[in-house]
Amino acid sequence: MIRKHTISVLVNNQPGVLQRVSGLFGRRGFNIESITVGESEEKGLSRMVIVTTGDNQTLEQIQKQLYKLIDVIKVVDLSSHPMVARELALIKVNAEPAARPEILGVVETFRAAVVDIGPCSLIVQVVGDSEKIDAMVELLKPYGIKELSRTGATAMIRGAVK
Amino acid sequence: MIVQTTQKSKEQLRAELLKPDVITGSEMLLRSLLLEDVDCVFGYPGGAVLYIYDAMHGNPDFNHLLTRHEQGAIHAADGYARATGKVGVCIATSGPGATNLVTGIATAYMDSVPLVVITGNVATSVIGTDAFQEADITGITMPITKHSYLVRDVRDLPRIIKEAFHIASTGRKGPVLIDIPKDVSNDKAPFYYPEKVEIRGYNPTVQPNKLQVERMLEAIEESERPMIIAGHGVVSSDASAELIEFVNRTRIPVVTTLLGLGGFPSAHELWLGMPGMHGAYTANKALQSCDLLIGIGARFDDRVTMKVNGFAPNAKKIVHIDIDPAEIGKIVSTQIPVVGDVKAVLQLALQKAKPARSEAWISHVTRMKQEHPLRYKDSETELKPQYVIEMIHETTKGEAIVTTDVGQHQMWAAQYYRFNHPRSFISSGGLGTMGFGFPSAIGAQLASPGRTVVSINGDGGMQMCSQELAICAINNIPVKIAVINNQVLGMVRQWQEIIYDNRYSHIDLAGSPDFVKLAEAYGVKGLRATNKEEARRAWTEALETPGPVLVEFVVRKGENVYPMVTQGNTIDDMILGDSE
Repeated sequence: MIRKHTISVLVNNQPGVLQRVSGLFGRRGFNIESITVGESEEKGLSRMVIVTTGDNQTLEQIQKQLYKLIDVIKVVDLSSHPMVARELALIKVNAEPAARPEILGVVETFRAAVVDIGPCSLIVQVVGDSEKIDAMVELLKPYGIKELSRTGATAMIRGAVK
Repeated sequence: MIVQTTQKSKEQLRAELLKPDVITGSEMLLRSLLLEDVDCVFGYPGGAVLYIYDAMHGNPDFNHLLTRHEQGAIHAADGYARATGKVGVCIATSGPGATNLVTGIATAYMDSVPLVVITGNVATSVIGTDAFQEADITGITMPITKHSYLVRDVRDLPRIIKEAFHIASTGRKGPVLIDIPKDVSNDKAPFYYPEKVEIRGYNPTVQPNKLQVERMLEAIEESERPMIIAGHGVVSSDASAELIEFVNRTRIPVVTTLLGLGGFPSAHELWLGMPGMHGAYTANKALQSCDLLIGIGARFDDRVTMKVNGFAPNAKKIVHIDIDPAEIGKIVSTQIPVVGDVKAVLQLALQKAKPARSEAWISHVTRMKQEHPLRYKDSETELKPQYVIEMIHETTKGEAIVTTDVGQHQMWAAQYYRFNHPRSFISSGGLGTMGFGFPSAIGAQLASPGRTVVSINGDGGMQMCSQELAICAINNIPVKIAVINNQVLGMVRQWQEIIYDNRYSHIDLAGSPDFVKLAEAYGVKGLRATNKEEARRAWTEALETPGPVLVEFVVRKGENVYPMVTQGNTIDDMILGDSE
């Protein structure tokens, strides 16, 4: 069954490591829906969170192939556990002064924030799981979205570690 | 021959090499290679490796063989590695030197051959500026190396070399590239060579899970029609002796893949041949009827399985033994996975191995093997390539190291040279690299000075690396070169005949050089044979002549390799051609 998987990959923070990981996905025909990279809790190591789609066999191959990279320390299929996944989006939306109160209403309902106000536009910042951001984008579409920038999901397993 | 041994004792040399002197990156490289017991490096100099070559100048302990093309260097290093199991080493300069290695790196990667590939690069200060002879070789080779390093600080160099040798030669073996910018090769630092390697993200599983091995042994005891596919992993882990004992104990018939040839002796009563696209009749048929299939160091390549969802359809269980967990379940679904080094797995299995219930099956398949041997129509008027291979086998008593290029002659060599020893068949299996056959023989010969090394090539592939005839002549490397000349790209011709309805497109190699004169131009003795008698006489003369000899066998043009399974069909759906 093809479904979405969220994988966490702990890697050595070495030059070229992102290229190694993304190149592996590319050449083996694995899909990358989003990828986020940043420092981890340990110095010298970075954590990548990759959202991918595929059946269970594909997921198994992805994990095994990732482990073959020397710079990969640990691979965890987060989505096989209860997890928290969050994404941030910045949405620049048309906002003539007359339309602003209505937009602010939407922003408030989503517990989003306005982080910039221009003469005829606003930048809305929203944090949440990808579905929440999709919904926010849908609601703002009628006003005219001028620019949309999403980070892709970062994620973690809920509860205590080991 | 070129490999001279130093006058110093090993201990004396080691002590000298380990001195914590302040030395350049180039000197560090040479010392590290010697500490890794490298006795011959294949290479080609150029601008970015001038410091490295300068360090070699006048160094009596370090052996370097200058090839005539970087591709020749890396294939020679590959042949050296396959013949010995040691890590092969080659050196090339930046840019075009490095990119000329790419085919050789991919060849080694596909066949899991341990190589350490050293490239020069432009100075760190100009990397990324499109400097003269700059190429991002670590980027280019990322998908075809097991790992790669760009050395940015000379102080990292000894550790990197130590790690590279460790990574190349352990787990599933493979090529590791070290890219050394020119300034790094001239920077100085105190030399310290680490004794141990610690790489956090790299811990290959060598010892198998006991429970899985026991499950395999249970499955064997219950099976009535078991089969083993033995692959390159048997050869790479030096597990031939263990495999023979395992087979004798469990009574399971064996097929060996192209790169598994020699890993199990073809003289053994339970050996059924090579399976796959050009596999033996019985090997393919037996795989299709077996009730238990055990893959040992074999990766179920598409040339072996052909149509995967029709492959071994009667196998109730598939066992897969492999050092690389990613191979298990990649192509065929596996009920009993055993991750580990083939030798370690078999040693553990041997402690409790009991026979399968296979005697009826054995008499069935061995009868089939007798009734359907590999066959070709011999001719008294034309020289047949299969005859040439049989004659080479006979005259070398089956004891030579045989390297091949890629194509029809490769399949005939696999079929008709009956291999009985591991590391005796050297061929580019996974990548199918034309131009590999001849230079790999040079490496194999340097690694095995006492053995007869035969390089079997087609007239196409011979022209892809023929420049290395020069180094055979200059260094008196006594490779016996067979050119099976059918005046066409035979395997392509065969496909065009069978699959593309005789539409022969760009396969005619008429106008190739006179191979005898070509050899002579380089100072290698050349002989030609156009019939059986000449073939035997020329080949015998070649074997009796010290030094390198090239023999051109002018063979029948339209000969095909049979059996043949065309793509999209299952392996028991064989075109038997004139072999039946």
